[in-house]
Amino acid sequence: MKYLILIQSNPRSLAAWDAMSDDERMAFGRDHRRLAERMADEGVLVVSEGLADPSLAKWVSVRDGGAISSDGPYAEVKEHLAGFYLIDTPSLDEAVGWAARVPDAKYTEVEVRPVLDMSGWEF
Amino acid sequence: MVEDLLRTSAPQVLAAVARRYGDFDAAEDAVQEALLAASQQWPAGGVPDNPVAWLIRVASRRLIEMVRNEQARRRREALPQDPVPCVRGDDELTLLLLCCHPALTGNAQVALTLRAVGGLTTAEIARALLIPEKTVGQRISRAKQRLRDAGARFVLPDDLESRLPGVRQTLYLIFNEGSTASSGSALHRVELSAEAIRLTRQLRQLRPADGEVAGLLALMLLTDARRPARTRADGALVPLAEQDRSLWDQAFIAEGVSLITDALQRYAVGPFQVQAAIAAVHDEAPSAAATDWPQILALYRLLEALAPGPMVTLNRIVALAEVDGPPAGLRALDDAGLDHYRVAAVRAHLLERSGAPAEAREEYRRAARLTLSLPERRYLETQVARLA
Repeated sequence: MKYLILIQSNPRSLAAWDAMSDDERMAFGRDHRRLAERMADEGVLVVSEGLADPSLAKWVSVRDGGAISSDGPYAEVKEHLAGFYLIDTPSLDEAVGWAARVPDAKYTEVEVRPVLDMSGWEF
Repeated sequence: MVEDLLRTSAPQVLAAVARRYGDFDAAEDAVQEALLAASQQWPAGGVPDNPVAWLIRVASRRLIEMVRNEQARRRREALPQDPVPCVRGDDELTLLLLCCHPALTGNAQVALTLRAVGGLTTAEIARALLIPEKTVGQRISRAKQRLRDAGARFVLPDDLESRLPGVRQTLYLIFNEGSTASSGSALHRVELSAEAIRLTRQLRQLRPADGEVAGLLALMLLTDARRPARTRADGALVPLAEQDRSLWDQAFIAEGVSLITDALQRYAVGPFQVQAAIAAVHDEAPSAAATDWPQILALYRLLEALAPGPMVTLNRIVALAEVDGPPAGLRALDDAGLDHYRVAAVRAHLLERSGAPAEAREEYRRAARLTLSLPERRYLETQVARLA
């Protein structure tokens, strides 16, 4: 089963970040890198990325067959996706175990969402 | 075809080399290289008279080279080099048991079995499971390391019988991976359900008197027989009752029915045999309306006693509702007190059948939210729309 571990940036996580010492920030980044390496070693990692600042995002829509892109309403947004790990584990329990090792979980919380699969029950 | 020949030869070659040199990990690497060499040389230069012997020779040479290189560093004594290993009858079973070792997770068992016994490349496994090749590679090397740590050796275990349920479960997991990972987009994707059937046929040859292996093979055939009718061209799920039965694979049905009929007469009954028997009753019904529901209900009761689980109970309740009517089904559903996401889907179905469309609609909506399957969600949403 595939699971997505989502890491949000919000006022609480920003406050936690502000309160960290330089060493703690270094450790935070290093722990993320190590976690991704560990996931890869264990054969569970599908992909993981950290996302750039939402001020760099473009919002895309299609109207009357034409694509329009614009800068988003980022100023008003209090919470945004900051990064994710997509993993493939035998069960939710293992996925939760990996999520507990995401450094952010120590300061705020991270979310684990199952990915929809293509199985089907014959009703 | 060279590719098929390589895949069917792979487990025999690996087993022979692993048994001779006692190092499964190194043997697996060496056999991969021998298979690669063959896939490059045979199409142009021709297939050797005895392909398995050729592969064993090349893999053994490669393994000895690898060990020597390591030993040159470590200055240890050489491994025995003669005689050249040969294929032995119980090799493939030993190999299968090793790949399904209880020290490994289900995911690891699936990957290792597909490569070592199925003869698939890491890239093929990655495409079949829809995960990166590197992840599969790591999963396999981790699995081999874990086998080493667990002290697993290439010999038939003493507790052979108690290990077989694990093997059957892994093969069934591979079969089901075929339906969970199927995206239908990749053209050269290995069909995992077909691969699982091939491997289970092999296991059946090795254990012809195992009723549950026969039951598992029958269950796979009887389920896979319905595959052409299970999804529409757009990927939408077609419920059993609405499937075009003329699309079902009659050869698979005939083989599955004959297998399960024979197994039930000869061996002690087990969960795979009962599930196969249920699938056979569905497959033999000329139409949904002509389904022998009392027999299906009896079989689900038996299955619930042998191998209880929420899905078994739900299916038993569906069958009960067909026999005794939707109100009886709804009562049974309440009594069962199940905590499972498919309870809502079953309740919706039964509410609709008992003439309560508004309540049914709400339950379908709930079921659509709770499912983990994309085709199922689409199906449930169409039910919501239909009852609007």
